[in-house]
Amino acid sequence: MGFISEHSVLVASLIKILVLLFVVMTALAYLTWFERKVVAHIQSRWGPYYVGAHGLLQPLADGLKFLFKEDLTPPTSDKLVYVLAPFLALSLSLTAIALIPFGPPNLLLFGQPIFVVSNIDIGLLFLFAITSMGVYGVALAGWSSNSKYPLLGGLRSSAQMISYEVSLTISVVGVLLLAGTLNFNGIIEGQRGYWLGFIPRWHFIPQIVGFLCYLTAAIAETNRIPFDLPEAETELVAGFHTEYSSFKFAMFFMAEYANMITVSCLATILFFGGWLSPFPETWHWQLYLPGAGLIALGIYCAYDTATRMHGLARLQLTVVTALALGIGALCLLPMVAPYVQGPFWFTAKILVFLFFYVWVRGTLPRFRYDQLMSFGWKLLLPVSLANLVVTAAVIAFVTRHA
Amino acid sequence: MIVPLIVFFACAALAITGAIMLILAREPIHSALSLILVMIALAILYLLLGAEFIAAVQIIVYAGAVMVLFVFVIMLLNAGVEERTDYSKLAKYAGVPLGFFLLIEIARWMYGSSAGSAIASGAGAITGAVSTRDLSSALFRQYLFNFEATSLLILIAILGALVLARKNQ
Repeated sequence: MGFISEHSVLVASLIKILVLLFVVMTALAYLTWFERKVVAHIQSRWGPYYVGAHGLLQPLADGLKFLFKEDLTPPTSDKLVYVLAPFLALSLSLTAIALIPFGPPNLLLFGQPIFVVSNIDIGLLFLFAITSMGVYGVALAGWSSNSKYPLLGGLRSSAQMISYEVSLTISVVGVLLLAGTLNFNGIIEGQRGYWLGFIPRWHFIPQIVGFLCYLTAAIAETNRIPFDLPEAETELVAGFHTEYSSFKFAMFFMAEYANMITVSCLATILFFGGWLSPFPETWHWQLYLPGAGLIALGIYCAYDTATRMHGLARLQLTVVTALALGIGALCLLPMVAPYVQGPFWFTAKILVFLFFYVWVRGTLPRFRYDQLMSFGWKLLLPVSLANLVVTAAVIAFVTRHA
Repeated sequence: MIVPLIVFFACAALAITGAIMLILAREPIHSALSLILVMIALAILYLLLGAEFIAAVQIIVYAGAVMVLFVFVIMLLNAGVEERTDYSKLAKYAGVPLGFFLLIEIARWMYGSSAGSAIASGAGAITGAVSTRDLSSALFRQYLFNFEATSLLILIAILGALVLARKNQ
C-alpha cells in the first residue's frame, strides 16, 4: 500500500495507458472495417458482409489471418533493421496517442484525471517530436528489405514526409499564436466561449487557411491517398512494405491507422475545440445527447435485427443492440452524464475527420511525383507561411491598440 | 530520488554505447541509427535536467530532421559497406593517448572546481521545469542580437548550398 500511495501517479498512468492501448487497438481494428464499408458504399458495393452481422467480425478474422500467415524474411535483408522497422513505426504512432487529452483534466477518479494520460507543458512539441521520428519506420523498412521497390518507396516516403512536415508545423503556429500556449488543455480552454452567443470560438474560423493547410499536409504525412506515393501499387508493387508479410505487415498497417487517429485528434484539438461541446453551456439538454445518440443507435440496430438478420448474425446484432441500449441508458444517469460529455464530443469530432479521410480516399486519384513536390513546396509552404505572417501581424496590431 | 538516478545511468550508458557503435559500425545506416540513439538518450538527459523545451527541440531538429536527411542521402546514394583501412599510425600512437588525457583532464577539472562540486551535490540542478515562455522571452529580448545573427548565418548557409548545387548542373 505504501508503494502505491507514494507512486499513485505512476500506477494511475500505467492503468490509463493499458486501457488506452486496448481502446486504441480496438479502434484501429474497427477503423479498417469502417474504411472498407465507406469506400465500398462510395463505389456502390457492400464491403465486408459475410463474417458476422454487417461484417462486424471481419477485423477479428483479418487479425487471425495475419497471425497465422508465414512470416517471411528475405535472406539478403538486413535482419536487425528489418525487424526493428515495423516495431518503430507502430510504437511511435501509439506513443503519440498517449499525449492526447480525451476529456477535461478536472474530472477526477480517485484523485487522478481520467481522460488525460500526460498533461505536459509542451504537449504539442512532444507530439511533433514523436511523429517526426515516424518516418524512420518507413525509410528503414524500405532500405533493409534490400530490394528495388521497397527502396524506392522508402526514398519517396522520406522526401515526402520531410517536405510536408515543414508546412504541417508552420500551419499550426498560427493557432499557437492565438492560444499562447503549447499545452493541449490550454489550447482547448482558449477556445471556450461563443461569438454572438452561439458560434463556438474555435480556432478554425480565424485560422481557416491554416486549417486547410494542416489538413492537406496531414494527409500527406500519413501517406494516404492522394499522397500515397510510397506505396503506389501500380508503380512500386506495395512500396516500402513489399517484402513484409504476416504480423510485421499488420504492424505497418496498424501504424498507418494509428497515425490517422493522431492527426485527426490533433486537428480536433487545435482547430475544433477538442472536447468542448459545440453548444452553449446554457443549453442543458445537451447533457443527454450522448445517451440519446447511443439509444437511437440501439433502436436502429434492434430494427435491423428484427427485419433483416437471420441465424447467427441475428444473435450477434442482438448483442450489439443490448450493448448500445445499456451504455446509452448508463450515459443518461445524472451521475454519469457529465463524465461522458468530453469524450463524446471528442470522439464525434474525430469520427468526422476519419470519415473525411476515407471520403478523400474514395474520391481522389493519386498525385504524380513531381506534382506532389511542387504542390508541397510551391503552394502549401508559401500559403502557410503567409498565414503565419498575417496572423502574427493582426495579433500584434490588436494587442497594441487594445 | 532513486528513479532519476537509474534513468540517468541507463541513458548515459545508451549514449556511450551508441557513440561507440557509431564509430565501429561498417554499414552507414547502422552508424546513422546509432547516432539517433545518442541523440534520443541526450534528449532524455535534458528532460532529467528539467529542460523540456530543449529536449523536444533536440528530438525534432536532430533526430527528426537532420538524421532523416542523413538516412535519406545514404539511401539515395545506396552507400555500401565501409572499407576498413589500417589505422593510421598517428591516430594510434598520438590520438588515443591524447583522447584519454583529455578525458582525465575534464574529470579532474569537474572534480576540483566549484562548478563540478555544485553539479555533484545537485545544487546546480533546476528543481522545476523551465517554462517555454521564459525561454522564448529570454531568447527574443535578452539574446535578440545573437538570435538574429544565427538566423542570418543559417540563411547564408542555405543560399550557399543553393549556389553550390546550381553550379554543378
